[in-house]
Amino acid sequence: MSGSFVDIVYLAAAVLFVLGIKGLTRPKTAVRGNLMSATGMLLAVVITLFDRDIISFEYIIAGMLTGGIIGGLMATRVQMTSMPQMVALLNGCGGGASLGLAAASYLLAMEGAGYSGDLMGTLAVVFVMITVLIGAVTLSGSVVAFAKLQELISGQPIGFVGMKFLNAALFAGALASLIMLTLNPGNTALFWGLIAIAMVLGLTLVLPIGGADMPVVIALLNSYSGIAAAAAGFILGNTVLIVTGSLVGASGLILTNIMCVAMNRSLTNVLFGVMAEGSDAIDADEVYGGKVKSAQAEEVAMILETARRVVIVPGFGLAMAQAQHAVRELADVMEARGIEVEYAIHPVAGRMPGHMNVLLAEAEVPYDKMVEMDQINPTFEQTDVAIVIGANDVTNPMAREDKGSPIYGMPILNVDKANTVVVIKRSMSPGFAGLPNPLFAADNCLMVFGDGKKAVIDITANLDLA
Amino acid sequence: MELIIMQLALFVLSLFLGVELITKVPPTLHTPLMSGTNAISGITLVGAVLAAGAGEASTLVHALGFIAVTMATLNVIGGYLVTNRMLAMFKRRD
Repeated sequence: MSGSFVDIVYLAAAVLFVLGIKGLTRPKTAVRGNLMSATGMLLAVVITLFDRDIISFEYIIAGMLTGGIIGGLMATRVQMTSMPQMVALLNGCGGGASLGLAAASYLLAMEGAGYSGDLMGTLAVVFVMITVLIGAVTLSGSVVAFAKLQELISGQPIGFVGMKFLNAALFAGALASLIMLTLNPGNTALFWGLIAIAMVLGLTLVLPIGGADMPVVIALLNSYSGIAAAAAGFILGNTVLIVTGSLVGASGLILTNIMCVAMNRSLTNVLFGVMAEGSDAIDADEVYGGKVKSAQAEEVAMILETARRVVIVPGFGLAMAQAQHAVRELADVMEARGIEVEYAIHPVAGRMPGHMNVLLAEAEVPYDKMVEMDQINPTFEQTDVAIVIGANDVTNPMAREDKGSPIYGMPILNVDKANTVVVIKRSMSPGFAGLPNPLFAADNCLMVFGDGKKAVIDITANLDLA
Repeated sequence: MELIIMQLALFVLSLFLGVELITKVPPTLHTPLMSGTNAISGITLVGAVLAAGAGEASTLVHALGFIAVTMATLNVIGGYLVTNRMLAMFKRRD
């Protein structure tokens, strides 16, 4: 099969990938887009299998079976709440695949040239080293991110004071190895050293980052895995790899930026674990000081009875309580009574970009009812009741009003502007930011203490009777 | 040298295309976007099969090729399937 025919097929695959992502711009065309993208992949892989350079198929078949079975099982069994872990693993595999591919290409060239390193051009060697570096960081970093999300290790930042310097030293070491290997590609011992340094760097970069910042880390590792694939494309001179890798790299960077803006943190702050510091400690008792009112399900149902517009604000606590279906049933009962119901989604409501939307979609909440923060915020003043379930920091008015507070400037959902705010929560414990929430002490706020799912079911039952 | 400039141009232009495309994806679909882009980054499979299937090569090269094929296939199959599963949930109530 001629090389140019293969390249045409690769081009077709790249076009299908682009159209696939374009399909994702609307929920209606998204499934079709995903199918187009998968078709592109099938074409590209099949045409490659006809390559004359492929002599032995046993490793290929073994690898495809192993990866296919594991991937298939994971994809069909994973819980929607565990989607961030799944994506962390996929990121890691992307990095690992690029790493394996680059290392194999390098060693193959070295073997052919009797370890003298003449068979590979200098540029190709540079790209091998870049791919290896990014691929290994992505692989080990993703494993740490997975372990933190799965709670195999503590979600708290892990590290010591001088960690920054260790990371800087590791990075300098990796760069030095990269340069030395470019000058003397035959030094395979140093090559393995580079892989080892990069692996350790991946660990030490992600370990000090706290659980609350994981959405940023996953998005960033997503971007790295794309850049590693593009770098691998430069080694092989394979255009479809270059195009695809840079698309994925761009996607990850955009999502990283969205997450950082939503948390009011700069990327450097997240990466180096710097939390903004408040001017003085805020005393929870001073904020709450006997002003918190608690309510029972019956009272909430009575308020809902006369409401015309209700906004539901879900947080990750809702998913932890597996309350999505209960919430949708409450919404159904309200809608049956002619109440307008919408869901306000903060960008960091879940544990990764768009996570809360998936959790609600699983409970058959229609996507046009899920409204982004910027669109829903102006409507809170016309909202009779805002129901906050398992969310805390993203509703904290301190972010808007208290210049001294560590979360000042973070975009929040302005639920306090609603006529009545109902907060369903286990206790008065603070969220990730560790701050008291003045919303809970506001005149228009009612606290319903207890398990999210049970509380919602109780409210629904009472409203149904009314 | 000519070729590498062409490839760099392709890389940079694709980055711009990526930015234009991705900014149009609504936040509702950001999770499927991430799993979907993971699936397409499994395109490293086309390079991995060449390494795993190389004729005259050491066991080490074959082993690395095998690892690369396994991980890339995991991305492709796992990524597309899980993306499809999520997107189907969004479509349901049309």
